[in-house]
This record gives sequence, structure tokens and C-alpha cells, in this order.
Amino acid sequence: MSAEVGTPTAESRRRGGGAAEPYRPSDRRLAREAYRRQRARRSALIAALSTAATALVLYLVVVNSPGWQRTRETFFNAHYAWQALPEVLKGLRVNLELMVCCGVLILVFGLLLAVLRTLRGPVFLPVRLLATVYVDFFLGLPMIICLLIMITGVPALRLTGVTTDPLLLGGAALVLTYSAYVSEVFRAGIQSVHPSQRAAARSLGLSNAQAMRYVVLPQAVRRVVPPLLNNLVSLQKDTGLVSIGGVIDAVYAAKIITSQTFNYTPYLVSALVFLVLTIPMTRFTDWTTARLNRRQHQGGTV
Amino acid sequence: MTESVLRFESVRKGFGEHLVLHDVELAVPAHSVTALIGASGSGKSTLMRCANLLEEIDDGAIFLDGEEITDPRADQDTIRRRIGVVFQAYNLFPHMTVLDNITLAPRRVHGVGRAEAEAGARELLDRLGLADKAGEYPDRLSGGQQQRVAIVRALATGPRLLLLDEITAALDPELVGEVLAVVRGLKEQGMTMVLCTHEMGFAREVADQVCFLDAGVVLEQGPPEQVFGDPQQERTRQFLSRVVAAGRLPR
Repeated sequence: MSAEVGTPTAESRRRGGGAAEPYRPSDRRLAREAYRRQRARRSALIAALSTAATALVLYLVVVNSPGWQRTRETFFNAHYAWQALPEVLKGLRVNLELMVCCGVLILVFGLLLAVLRTLRGPVFLPVRLLATVYVDFFLGLPMIICLLIMITGVPALRLTGVTTDPLLLGGAALVLTYSAYVSEVFRAGIQSVHPSQRAAARSLGLSNAQAMRYVVLPQAVRRVVPPLLNNLVSLQKDTGLVSIGGVIDAVYAAKIITSQTFNYTPYLVSALVFLVLTIPMTRFTDWTTARLNRRQHQGGTV
Repeated sequence: MTESVLRFESVRKGFGEHLVLHDVELAVPAHSVTALIGASGSGKSTLMRCANLLEEIDDGAIFLDGEEITDPRADQDTIRRRIGVVFQAYNLFPHMTVLDNITLAPRRVHGVGRAEAEAGARELLDRLGLADKAGEYPDRLSGGQQQRVAIVRALATGPRLLLLDEITAALDPELVGEVLAVVRGLKEQGMTMVLCTHEMGFAREVADQVCFLDAGVVLEQGPPEQVFGDPQQERTRQFLSRVVAAGRLPR
């Protein structure tokens, strides 16, 4: 550390004391800022070098692997990529529709389950019990088994008036399972709101339901937006599982082409298409959460 | 004397084995200020929480305007509407602006229209020097400002009684003054208040009645001149001398 940084010069002290003169940064401040800039440049340089080195090592390992030539042919073939893209995109529509429709239903149903579990009073015991059993059951049931039961089991019952469409039944299975997950997220959010908030609401004369509606839920929902987004991304991937019922979504469309050509590039295309959707979604949520925090709280970096 | 606004009749309250309130008798006349003093853990806050039905008492009864509020058949929500509470930690709702914090209860509980509720809120804010803070979120205000907003929120429903639970305990000395000034103003307007506090100087100045609690028992009760100037009990004298030593009570 240099000497100028520690001790202010006589000149800078005089400047700081004079009220009439416009503010001019002291030498101490300038030295401090120069030092910080230097550190920042150094950090950026180290980050760039280490990233480049890591990328180089990864590249060399992959390229020098014994099967690289064949792998490149089967996974990174531009011809097959172009051939697969329109089919994959057509299939993606199914994934998107499923994700949006199921997503809305899951949010509503999950929130409802979470709120039902917080109800007090003897009248609500059966409701509370049912909601708890439901969540326990579907949290433990593997997704794929739930899908199989819905897609193959329900049509086998031959009920009149009940659909046999694998898309609808698969969507229903997604809603059933994911509502259990999402309700746990909401419940965690509700429990994270400090009891003093409820006490304040009740002391103002709000009923239990009003305290929930106006004070607890708005804070709870805001806190669980990031974990909910995780669930949404994971739901988007799991919409691909509906293809086990024969629905042609993006993954299944890729599979069809692959089975005809014995080239795996279409799978990579469908993976990329999913990524293109989820990454902006994650960034968007980060941005909205940050904006909300800025509005409600004092600034500060910690 | 007319019927008390708030009256405790041999109230008993325990948490497990530990007895927090032991046959507490207390009467709060209309337009009077009652200060509860005593060491931490003496039962002051529990007494407050019982009065607002945030805690259930084990025995005895509490009356609000002669009506028993500890009767399990009584409607808790309508009782709470008549009592305003200000908490030590403010307990403002962080997701609402100051104005929404204040108008929530008038609008949702008392069915007042938005325009009317907001006009009332703005008038109260103006009186407490917070007119320019209506659109702010609570976390952007200083502690003293937050506590004054909490007082406005408690007043907005026109309560019969105000409970102030160590409302200056979380504030630094500079900000204590602005909050206490508000309480003084409310006393002048004839608000009935019960406050528990460690600000002994303030209790002596503003209270009509001082109540010393020790280990859940009301040990001494009377006008401030008597309790502070000529305490009858040894425990009260001990407590007050410690408070003086800590600089909380000017001699």
C-alpha cells in the first residue's frame, strides 16, 4: 500500500473544509479509485485466462478422443440439423401448449392445496387431511408411473364421457404430480412470513382469511417466484414424457427422424430449442425479482 | 368513577410450568394513560397480548367497555377492531406502501371506500409530519418514521383503546423523541392508552397511572408521583434505583 493512500495531503483537507468551493475528489479518493480499477482489470484478465484455458482443455480432450470423428458425424451434422428443425419446431408447439395450460392449472391447484393445509378449525380437518394425503402421495409417486397409469389405465376403464386422448391424459398427469410439488413450495413461502405479520393483521381486526389474502400470501408468493421458476423449467422438460403415449412433441419428432437416419443430430436440435426457451425465462425472473427488491428495500450491495 | 375502558380481573396466564401473569387486577379509565413498567420478563408484553386476544388467558377475565372479551363465545374479530396495537418492531407490511398499510383495515374490515379511507389516512399522516411519505414502502423509512406510520395505522380505524408495546425500544435516542411526541399529542386529544416502556422519564411525565409488574404480579400501582417518588415495595425501589443507575430515569 503506498503512502499517499493512507494520509490526506494538506491541500485536500483544505478543499474538503471549504463549503463555498465545488466538491473536488481528494487525492486519497483518486488513489483509491485507481487502485480499484487496477484490481478490476486484473480480475477480468484472470477470469478470461482461466476460462480460455478450461475451454481449451475441454476442446482438446473431446477432439482427441478416439471416437471423435464418428461422434461429430452423428451428433453435429448440419444437413440433418436443417432437416430436423421444422419437424422439431412443429413438435415444440405441443410442448409449449402443454407447458402453458398445465402451468396455469398447476399454479392455481398448488396454491389451493397449500392454503387448504393452513386452514385451522375442526370443520376443516377432513380438507386438511385430504390435502396432506394428496401431497404425500404424489410427491412420492414417480412421474413416469403416474403418466403410464393415466395414459394407459384410464382408457382401459372404458368410461363413457372420459377422454382417451393421450395428450389430455398426459397433461392431467403432469398437473396431478406438479401440483403436489408446487404446493410444497407455496407452503414453504407461507411459513416463511414472520408470525408478527399475521399478528399485526389480526390486531387490526382482519379475519384469518383476510390476513392470509392481503398480508401473508402476497409476501409468500413473491418469495417463492425463483423456486417456482425452477419447477416451470422442469415442467417444460417433463412435457416431453407425454410422448410415451404417442404424442408427437419435439423430443418424439427428433426420435422419429433419428430412427430413420441413424443420426443423433435431431436430438441435439431439440435440446437447443429447449435451451433457447428456458434461458431467457430464467433471466426475466431474475430481473423482475431484482426490480421488486429495489423498490421495496434500501439500496446496498450486501 | 365510570366503567373502565379496559379491566383485568384476576387474570392468570402461564406458559407450561412458568406462570407469567399471576392474578393481575388492572383498571384503565377512559381518557387515561396507564404505563406498565418492570424488568424484562415481568409479564408486561404478555399482559398486552392478552388484552388484544393474541394470547389466551388461563383464568380470570378481561373486560372492554364492560363486555367480557375473554368469553370464548365473543367474536374476536369485532373486539380487535376496537383496539389499536403498536408493536415494538413496527410490524408494517413490507409489500404495501405506507398509504396501503394504513387503509387496509378501514377498507377491508370497516368497509370504508378507497377515496374516503385515503383522505383520512393522508390527514393523519399530515398531522404526524409524514405527508410526503404516503407512497413510500416501509423499508425505505427511518425507524422513527416507521413507528409513526404504525401509530397512524393503529389510529386509522378509530379505536377505543390504544396498546403501545415498547414502541421506542428499537429506536435510537434521537428518534425516540419524535415518537414520544406523537404519544403526548394523543394524550392531549383524550385517547385511552396502555403502554409498556423502559422510558421511565416519559412514563412519569405522560401516565396518569403507573403499574409496576414483577414476576407476573402487579406489585405496585398508583399515580406516577407515588410509584416513582415514594415506592412502597422494596422490589420497586430496587428496580427504580437500577433504572436510575442506567440513566433511564432523570432525578
